[in-house]
Amino acid sequence: MSNSFKLDIVNPEKSFLSKEDVTEVIVPAFEGDMGFLKDHISIISFLKPGLLKVIDATAAEETYYVEDGIIEFKNNCLSVLTSNIFDIKKMDKNKVKDILTEAEKDSKNNGISDQAKYLVDQKIEVLKSLTLN
Amino acid sequence: MPSLDDLKKRISSVKSTQKITKAMKMVAAAKLRRAQENAERGRPYSEKMNNIILNLSGGISDKESAPKLLIGTGEEKIHLCIVMTSDRGLCGGFNSNIIKKAKSYFKKILDDNKTLKIITVGSKGYDQLKRTYKDYIIEKISFKESKNINYFDADKVGKIIIDRFKEKEFDVCAIFYNQFKNVITQIPQEQQIIPLKASEEKKDSSSEDNYEFEPEEDEILSNLLPKNISTQIFKAMLENSASEQGSRMTAMDNATRNAGEMVDKLTIQYNRSRQAAITKELIEIISGAESL
Repeated sequence: MSNSFKLDIVNPEKSFLSKEDVTEVIVPAFEGDMGFLKDHISIISFLKPGLLKVIDATAAEETYYVEDGIIEFKNNCLSVLTSNIFDIKKMDKNKVKDILTEAEKDSKNNGISDQAKYLVDQKIEVLKSLTLN
Repeated sequence: MPSLDDLKKRISSVKSTQKITKAMKMVAAAKLRRAQENAERGRPYSEKMNNIILNLSGGISDKESAPKLLIGTGEEKIHLCIVMTSDRGLCGGFNSNIIKKAKSYFKKILDDNKTLKIITVGSKGYDQLKRTYKDYIIEKISFKESKNINYFDADKVGKIIIDRFKEKEFDVCAIFYNQFKNVITQIPQEQQIIPLKASEEKKDSSSEDNYEFEPEEDEILSNLLPKNISTQIFKAMLENSASEQGSRMTAMDNATRNAGEMVDKLTIQYNRSRQAAITKELIEIISGAESL
């Protein structure tokens, strides 16, 4: 019996990625990274900025950078709704830096709420790790 | 009776108009295809979003503490209407249909002695509404500069709405747009987005599924609902752009056909008067020769 399930990543403009044969997905959920395997319990959660890892049946691994989104797992189908997602292989270093400087500017702004601050700090951390590689 | 020269000029002017309308039709047809594809590709997102919200709101136990965006402020005094139109004209009844729909809604609200506020998206809507409803328009937004419809524009509108809602500037919010059915038919729609109307609740029988929520339902909902507003606006923008192109295409097709008919009519008239002029000249020559 196969232990793969379906993954749908959609953004407002189009369906970003749809795969029938993923075996494991690791998402940066708001309260910490979350790994999904087949027959996970139905869950709804939302994402913080971070890296989303997809591992398919051939053990090939793909990594995406997401900024926000909602995930729903139900009947062995994982839906990820996000407005900002990039394939890190296709991401260019300058673009990462652009987002990073923008995020650092946001983080210095004291007017934002604690939650927003937390999200921005997360974003900076992830982006920094990306630029190091 | 216009002279031959005048007729000739009119024919050529109608012909050049026809060329323009024909070109516009072609452009609209090409754009329509893309807009339609975009609208279709955008649907899964808004559908999924809707489903998740339905599942979530079904799971909320304490209705009292539910986010205001979902249940409303408990009053219905101030209505905010988002009228979404195009930035360009020459698209048949596209804009007028939305405006007509919106105006009948405005009238109902004003008759009920409620307060009305209007935000127009797209410059044509503002142009048409400013005559009668100028005092009610609190903001006009236009995305003339952005070539394609993108989510960031929709998000901007969404944020404006949410900020105003937080300032308690309105109780109920509705958007007006044209839903794209097919090239000939676009249906003007009125959709209430705040408070959210769970009209499709019955359809979703699987809402009894037990979900785990992480973090709590309330927290997810308060995070999700603002996004849903932007998503609904984005959906409306996509539908609108497909409708606009469709409507323009049919309008320009009709215009091209009418211009063709006009050219035919004018050509017949031109030929008749040319014939008449020749006959007249011949008669003059013959009667001149006879009198000698």
